Order: sequence, then C-alpha cells, then structure tokens
Amino acid sequence: MKELSKINNPYSEGKVIDACSIFGAMDTSGKRFAGDGVIKAIANMHFRGNGLGGGFAIYGLYPEYREHYAFHIMYLSKEAKLEVESFLEQRFRVEVSEEVPTRHTPAIVNPPLVWRYFINVDAQKYDFKSDDDYVVDRVMEINTGIKDSFVFSSGKNMGVFKGVGYPEELAEYFCIEQYEGYLWTAHGRFPTNTPGWWGGAHPFNILDWTVIHNGEISSYGTNRRYLEGFGYHCTMQTDTEVVAYAIDLLIRRHNLPIEIAARILAPPFWDDIERRPVREQKLLRALRQVYGSLLLNGPFTVVIAHQGEMIGLTDRIRLRPLTVGTKGSMLYLSSEESAIRLVCPDLERAWIPMGGEPIVGSLERPLVPREVAIAGEPHPDVN
Amino acid sequence: MTKSAYRNKDKRTVKIDAYGDTHRELNAKLRDAVSNGTLRIELQNVYGQRYIGTDLDKPVEIEIFGVPGNDLGSFMDGPMIIVRGNAQDGCGNTMNNGEIIVHGHAGDIIGHSARGGKIFIREDVGYRAAIHMKEYRDKKPVLVVGGTAQDFFGEYMAGGIVILLGLNLKEGEHHKARFIGTGMHGGVIYLRGSVEDFQLGKEVGVAELDEQDRQVLQKYVGEFAAHFGYDAGEILKHKFTKLFPLYLRPYGRLYAY
Repeated sequence: MKELSKINNPYSEGKVIDACSIFGAMDTSGKRFAGDGVIKAIANMHFRGNGLGGGFAIYGLYPEYREHYAFHIMYLSKEAKLEVESFLEQRFRVEVSEEVPTRHTPAIVNPPLVWRYFINVDAQKYDFKSDDDYVVDRVMEINTGIKDSFVFSSGKNMGVFKGVGYPEELAEYFCIEQYEGYLWTAHGRFPTNTPGWWGGAHPFNILDWTVIHNGEISSYGTNRRYLEGFGYHCTMQTDTEVVAYAIDLLIRRHNLPIEIAARILAPPFWDDIERRPVREQKLLRALRQVYGSLLLNGPFTVVIAHQGEMIGLTDRIRLRPLTVGTKGSMLYLSSEESAIRLVCPDLERAWIPMGGEPIVGSLERPLVPREVAIAGEPHPDVN
Repeated sequence: MTKSAYRNKDKRTVKIDAYGDTHRELNAKLRDAVSNGTLRIELQNVYGQRYIGTDLDKPVEIEIFGVPGNDLGSFMDGPMIIVRGNAQDGCGNTMNNGEIIVHGHAGDIIGHSARGGKIFIREDVGYRAAIHMKEYRDKKPVLVVGGTAQDFFGEYMAGGIVILLGLNLKEGEHHKARFIGTGMHGGVIYLRGSVEDFQLGKEVGVAELDEQDRQVLQKYVGEFAAHFGYDAGEILKHKFTKLFPLYLRPYGRLYAY
C-alpha cells in the first residue's frame, strides 16, 4: 500500500502543533468489558491530537475464533482485494471472510474497504517454520508486495481498528460499542513528521503485539536497518512501527522477559550502570553491546500489549508523559490522569513512574509494579 | 493584594460545574465571573481542562475539585488556585503573580518559566520542575514541594526560589532525582534531606545556609505548613542544603569558537 497520494490530510503541508494521546485499560482478572469508558477517556484528550489518526486495540475480542489468526486488511481498490484473497486462499485455510461492520460517520471521509479473515496455517504444508513466523512472513509479503492493500491486524483473539480521524470518530465508524475485551488500548494521533494516512494510525500491530506511541523515535533508521536483518520490513512510513517489530523480536523470538526488553529499548546511562552492583553491571553492559541498535532514542511513551499483558514505558529521561492508575484488578495507563479519573474517579492509587521503568499489567501476575515509582506516592503522614 | 481579599467564603461566591466544558468554554465562564466582581469560585467536576485561570488578573480564589488539565494557571496574574487533588503537567507555566496550592502530586515541568507568584505542591513532582524559572528585581517566583522530585529538578533555572522538602523520604533515604540544577544559572534551590554528588548538575555549587537563607525558609516553609497543616518548626529542624549556580552563563562558550 504505497499509494500515498490517497492520504487525506486537510492540513496539507501545514504543521499543527499538538501531542498524541495514549490510553490503556486492562482488567488483570481477565474479565471482558465494553469500550465505552475507553472511548470516553481517549475523547477527553481530544486536544492532544489533530484528527489525523485514531485507533483501538482490543484483546479477548474473538473468543469464538480464539485459535484462528484474525487478519484485518485495508483495501484501496477492488483489484487489491481480489489479489489478496487469492493469496490468502493459496497460503492459508480461510475459515471466515467478512467485511468489518462500519456505519456512515460524517467525520470519516474516503475510508478504505476494511475486511477481516479468520484463518489457519496448514501445518502439513508449512511445518518447517513456526506458525507465527510463517504469518509474519506472509504479512510482510502482502504489505510490501501487493499494491493498495495493507494488513493492519494479524493476531489471535484480538484486533485493531484504526484510521484517519479522531479516535472517538473512528469508534463510531467501526461500531466499537459492539465489542468486548479484557484489555483495550486507544490512541489519538498528532503525526509529527510523517503522513497522516489510514495505515499510519496507531495501534501498530504484528501478530498479537500492538504499540501505541506518543513521541518521535530519532533512532528509527538504525532500528529499522537492524530489524531488516531479521526479516521485518517497515512499510508504514512512521517511526512507531519499529517498536512493534523490536518487541516481537526480543520477546517472542529471543524469549526475553519484558523487564530485560525495557532495558534494551530504554537502557540506563553508562554512568548509571557503573553505580549498579557488579552482576547487574555485567548484564546491562552486555545488553547495550548486543542490542545497541535497538536502543530507542528520542522522546517516547509507548503502551505495548499482547495476549494477557499490557506494558507502559517511557524514554529514560521521560520526555513524554505517562500516568498510572489502579483500582482492584484494573490497571490504567494514560497520557493524562484526568482521563483515568473521568472513567474511574475513585482510583486506589495514581502515580507517575520514573522514565525507562516499565509498568506491567498481566493476567498471570498480581497487579503490583515492581519498580519504585516516586512521584505521587501517597504521603504517610497526610490525610 | 492582601490575604483578606481571599478567604471570603460567603460573599460573591460562584459555583461552576465544569463537566463536559472545553477549556475555552470553562475559561470564558471564569472570565465572566471575575469581571462581575466574584471573589471566590468553586469549580466542580474538572476533568483535564487546560489553562485554567490563564488570563485572570484579579485576586480571585478558585477552588478546583477534580483533576485540572495541563498548564494550570499559565500566564496567570494574581488569582489563588487551590486544587483538591493532583495537578498535571505544566502547572504554573510562565505564571506572573498569584498562588497555586495543590493538595496532591503534580506532573512534569511544574513552574516552567515562572516569573512571579508562588506554587505549593503537597506531595511529589515529576521531571524538570522549575525548568527555566526566572526573576527580575522584586519579581521572584517560589516553588515549594513537600515530597520529592524526579530528574532534572531546577534545570536551566535562571531565578526564583525552589524548596524541596522530601517529607516522604525515610530516615537516611536520599532524594532520587538526578541532574539536579543542570544548566542552572540563577536563583537558589534549598534541599531538605540528602543527595549524593553524582545527582547534582555540573553547574551547581553546594553551600551551608546563612541567616538570610534561614529567613527565606522560615517564610516559605511556614506558608507551606499553613496550607497543608504541617508543623513548620518540625520541618525546619532538619538539615537543609543550599544549591547555587556556579556560573552566570554556563554555556556562554559552548557555541563560540
């Protein structure tokens, strides 16, 4: 999908100065909930974006097809759809194919055709590789090889809905109110340096990984070249894509825990490392040596999610905001505390984590951040 | 502007429900209320509206219930804002006069470029509090933080008085902020509680307090304690350290060859 003349950007080349809005909500008990609160929260940060991108990722979305890869694909032409569908028929077992339900919304103009497919990998044909690797390769093949088509969601029991518009407008367009999930992320975009187009909206996805991002990754070129060596091709004209692929590489393929991956993306400074205990020094040095090309430079706050886990992370000098709130089994991550309070006024705890420290919500582990967060700790001797 | 202008709870008090208002609508309501001679405004259901109080120049008291949005009181010139909860980023940005009192914690760049007025935060502050705060003659902004701070506290400070009390630190626990006073070239920082050398920026010096410093602390820690119900005497018993800028133009030669 390289047809960027079809971008709809009302601002043309003019630059509007805003930020991005990020919101994530997870019930760590696994209970599914509707997205009305998430939509309300992200809409409350309307002024952070400029209407050039909005989107949602929902986990626990398709329990009736939990074993199938759910592909969400955008098409800019009917020919592209025919070509991709014949590609899918040849390489997968396609169980269901249907148009993603949408409704007419005045704010959403020139939308692409969006379809979804529940598919299986035929194990007998392709047992030389893991199913996941096979799927990644095919997604890359479609996104780099077939004109006017774009796979923007490819995980199991989850899905991404996104496009050009404010997030609350996209929610209306994609009839988001009909869906439920135990983990939701939402994004309102202000494209910093790259075009505002349907594929460039957040969340970014590969397999069941999604990333939403506020900031700009100035190490994009270095990161992209490194990831190309592992078969990841950046096609979406925006920096956030590298985070999704980096996380897939580090956690799924190299089997590293998120705490280690966070130290690779946002490593401590060299002089900080020197003050750590010797064993930790060795580890941190080794990570910077082996994975130096995956260090993310520049300001960022990201919320990364995959099946069963939601992770909030900022750059090590926290040049973009992230606030955390908890109540019971619920974990909220947001650019602004006000958006969390709007949907959960009686938070048990709200705090601002240190730069570079990951905040992890997981179905498998209790809801306790393991790093010490200093801002916003309740005062022992007040009230 | 005297203290008695505030605290007038019965006379000319206006209640405003901010639910669903955009920042423009809410600030227009505030302007109207103040131009009608209102002395006290209660704002209910505030959820993230930005720039609250930005263009007010009267000594009105505004009490906020909820979470005010970014740049609370930016460019403000006189009002007293009391927040019953936490504040977000940019609170007191380029403020000229007045007071902001936060009964909770606050986000990043608190007091950013402030050039007058006072900010009291009961709990912690995020990154870069007091960044490029400035002063001119009798215009001297003051920031007092009851908890502790994250990194780059007092970065590029050009003036003003910043006090970090660390009341939530345990006995013997250091402040955690790194790069304190990096690029500082004016003003003063008083720290209650200890830091190690590596936490300080290269542009700050460390000094013992003199009599004048003690008077400054007496005054502003006293005001902090009165706002939040602390015993100022107890707070002041503890050892304080003074940080001051070593150079007036730390980067004067950086780009000059």
